[in-house]
Amino acid sequence: MKPASFSYHKPGSVSAALALLAQFGEEGKIIAGGQSLVPSMNFRLARPETLIDINHIAEIQGVSDQGDHLEIGAVTRHATFHHPVSPCPLGRMLTKVVANIAHYPIRQRGTFGGSLSHADPASEWCLVAVTMGAEMEIHGPAGARRVPAAQFFRGTFTTAVGRDELLARIRLPKLPEGWGTGFYEFSRRKGDFALAMALAALKVEGGTIRAARLGLGAVGAHPQRLEALEAELTGQPATPQTFAAIGARAQTMVTPSGDIHGSAEYRRELAATVIARALTRAAEDAA
Amino acid sequence: MSWIGRTLPRLEDPALLRGLGRYFADLARGAQAVKFVRSPMAAGVITGIDLPDPEDIRGHIFLARDLEAGGVRPVQAVLDRPDYRRVPHPALAGARVVFTGQAVAMVVAETEALAEDLAEQVFVDIEPEDPVISIGDALAEDARPVHPETPGNVMVEGAMRTPGVDQAFTDAACVVELNLRSQRQTAMPMEGRGGVADYDAASGRVTLYASVQMPHMLRTGLADALAIDEGLLRVVAPDVGGGFGSKMALFPEYVALVWACFRLKRKLAWIEDRRENFLAGSHSRDQIFSVKGAFSAEGRLLAIDGDLRSNVGAYSCYPVTCGVEPLMAFAELPGPYDFAHYGVRSRGITSNTAMMAPYRGVARPMLTLTMEQLMDRAGAKLGIDPVEMRRRNLVTKFPHTSPTGLVFDEASYLEAMEAAVKIADYPAFRARQAEARAGGRYLGIGLAVFSERTGYGTPAFAARKMAIVPGYESVDCEMGPSGQVTLRIGASPHGQGLKTALAQLVADRIGIAPDQIRVIAGDTDATPYGWGSFASRSMVIAGGASQFAADKVADKLRRIAGQLMEVPPETITLGDGLAMAAGTNRSLPIGDLARAIHSQSHRFPEMEPGIRTQGFYDPPGTFSNAAHICEVEVDTQTGGVRIDRFLVVEDAGLLINPMIVDGQIAGGVAQGIANALYEELIYDEYGTLLTSSLADYLPPTCAEIPPIEIHHMETLSPETVTGAKGVGEGGTIGAPAAVVSAIMDALAPFGVEINTIPATPDRIRAALREAKGPAR
Repeated sequence: MKPASFSYHKPGSVSAALALLAQFGEEGKIIAGGQSLVPSMNFRLARPETLIDINHIAEIQGVSDQGDHLEIGAVTRHATFHHPVSPCPLGRMLTKVVANIAHYPIRQRGTFGGSLSHADPASEWCLVAVTMGAEMEIHGPAGARRVPAAQFFRGTFTTAVGRDELLARIRLPKLPEGWGTGFYEFSRRKGDFALAMALAALKVEGGTIRAARLGLGAVGAHPQRLEALEAELTGQPATPQTFAAIGARAQTMVTPSGDIHGSAEYRRELAATVIARALTRAAEDAA
Repeated sequence: MSWIGRTLPRLEDPALLRGLGRYFADLARGAQAVKFVRSPMAAGVITGIDLPDPEDIRGHIFLARDLEAGGVRPVQAVLDRPDYRRVPHPALAGARVVFTGQAVAMVVAETEALAEDLAEQVFVDIEPEDPVISIGDALAEDARPVHPETPGNVMVEGAMRTPGVDQAFTDAACVVELNLRSQRQTAMPMEGRGGVADYDAASGRVTLYASVQMPHMLRTGLADALAIDEGLLRVVAPDVGGGFGSKMALFPEYVALVWACFRLKRKLAWIEDRRENFLAGSHSRDQIFSVKGAFSAEGRLLAIDGDLRSNVGAYSCYPVTCGVEPLMAFAELPGPYDFAHYGVRSRGITSNTAMMAPYRGVARPMLTLTMEQLMDRAGAKLGIDPVEMRRRNLVTKFPHTSPTGLVFDEASYLEAMEAAVKIADYPAFRARQAEARAGGRYLGIGLAVFSERTGYGTPAFAARKMAIVPGYESVDCEMGPSGQVTLRIGASPHGQGLKTALAQLVADRIGIAPDQIRVIAGDTDATPYGWGSFASRSMVIAGGASQFAADKVADKLRRIAGQLMEVPPETITLGDGLAMAAGTNRSLPIGDLARAIHSQSHRFPEMEPGIRTQGFYDPPGTFSNAAHICEVEVDTQTGGVRIDRFLVVEDAGLLINPMIVDGQIAGGVAQGIANALYEELIYDEYGTLLTSSLADYLPPTCAEIPPIEIHHMETLSPETVTGAKGVGEGGTIGAPAAVVSAIMDALAPFGVEINTIPATPDRIRAALREAKGPAR
């Protein structure tokens, strides 16, 4: 439970961090909050020779309201979202979600960008990014590029961020007023990795769904936005029957693998349940 | 004014709560770090060990051959029974490995990180053998013997069959058949195993500071394994961060650590990490109980016919042996129920998995689950309410002799259950349940009634034919010239608050305040030989011994006071720090009496100087009892279970400190809930442990454990000298049965049976899918 020896660097800017990445190549590893990396180093599952600590880079801290979207610096702590960072539906939704991320001390250290870069299938922020259509600002030797969330996640623990690149900022499009949001996750204990989770946003008028966003996480290699089901929801009455039917539809669209915490069959059932419940919460929120 | 029965804040807590406790790792400053290289395979023959070039070794690497050359002998746990198979347990594996995580080499380096670096450079070549992991693997007809000494893989077996069993089943109106399984669990102490071994050049002695529950026993076992004089060793258990039975065993790592300390004449520290604790600490509760119960039409239990299997892992734990689970299951399965015919066979089965050792409750959580499920399921078949089933079967006349010959002392099985049922208010619950069901929500209530055998003395352990028979306890009590008392005990408390409870007990006998009594424990140089703290024994046995020793102190104080006040000693009463002469207004401070017998001893020619006494106690054993009631809500879509209420009516005899008793019960219930719903060690078919971190092995947290509602009864038994019974394990014993009963009650509309614990969401959903009841 003691890491293998490593060297440590603390750059003060994104460009300095990129220079270090270029210098150390395969042996350099970015560390942000360290809530996943440090345990795996202690288990010696990860053995970076060089750690590049980006916690002190001012330009990638904090959240700013850019009118139609929120811009989130990569090393913004989860705890920043304990209270709404913006009075809009998106700000309130992030506060609902953050309470499900691990435990209070972990939320003080862990970062938004670290969570996306690590790309754990059960990461709540990854589900938010995919469902809300986030855009990632990735910096590298050739400058900055923007990657939509749909192309960012490549698989379990795999993203579009190259070895010599750094995720600097995330842009989350706001939801217009009048939308309701709902999040539901199921885990064995409070704070554990979810066995399944869903995020829904609904625009409901006169009991009818006019527009929908729906994402499913922790079932499969990375979270997925269920656009086909969003289309199916549109025009339907916002009723428990609709939500149960959509959950049942989702069940046929996922192929989870089983593990010691739940069989594949169990997780498929659970996908239906969390989707129906997230939709129910979103409809309640919209009402 | 009596100190007994008062919720006195624990004398231990000011230090512990302010971070001033001293655990063994706090004593490691200046020590070199020890790490063990562990087998990556469950079973195989060691064909070679590759070491770095000697000039590259910054430290030391020791192998089995080094220890053998040093005269180290394998640890041998012994039962004197014909059905017991003796297997030597080497400190380091030399020829073969028999479980994943078994220590193969020991490395010593300047720091822990360097020791881990060095350990990574040791490569063990193993020719694999077929791993034997599960009970099914081990008992298969063509199963490979785990050890040459264990053909058939049965290490110990208890069996009996009364002549009437078969007839009872023929006559039965109803037969219930159970096939219950408890998955493997570990005790999960907050502090792992480990020790600091310190060599003293002046005396040539080694002091081992270690996280253990039985320091005297550990010293004896170490001296035997190392073939050295016991006097060369001192074992100290400083503050210990939880044991729950898992720190009773003499683990082979301690043998290697102390040997290396003598060899290198250096201070060494082995501080295990959580992964090591999972892999190579002790496991428990890997049990399958196949039991049939025969009932009359009126719901009377007539007979039990059972086959109990406990997976005891690769070795037999020293000193209590691998008999601890199977033989307890065999002897205590009948629980608090009155029936005559008993045909049970109980086997301890060896496998290529980590060693089983006692864990709070040992076999009783599973045997209580079994008996309570028999009652519930027979009641359901016969149309008799579960509470009424128990009314018709509980023991109510004492002393009661069980079918296995255990003698039950005075207890309150029926009364505790009736009290719990009344407090729980079943009619109100049933109304809530009906209303919830109408709305598609599933509430359930479950009941568990059980006995907790505590204060096992030597007769109880001797009945298992243990070569090392623990059970008695000894106490030295000394009053110094200031009138303060030092109590040196062989028991070894590690978080239970025993020092406070003993101080309260002794304070009443001597007439001084508890804060005038210092209890010294856990140091073989400073305490009389004793067996440590385990098996809900310390309050009963060390308490009894303390009471005897304190009474002798009180006698002497009366004699001194009688002489000084010129009255007969028997007219003296002791209290509030004073010796008072009855019928007079004369008194003397107890401190003055103590000063006189130390500093003016020439004035007491009839007496020995000073005040030093001893007490011994070796009880027959006694039974606490309790009723647990649990209310749950089951989410039929996710399979999740939420506990809405947990109620305990406990009867542990005389309460010395109710707060401490409540703490024991609450902590025990939490571990029982863990057993029922959360914790599970999982090996794959190759014997790789899949749950070796706290991300995969799930002890419940405060968020999962409801407030525990505790009520007390106090049945005083003549079988314990203080009137106090043990209460260390009851919470753990009853909770799984109550939780499972509640889940099945909640899911009764679906006809779901829960046959495996933990009842995880996955298992509950699978049971719902398979159930014959209406679809969700």
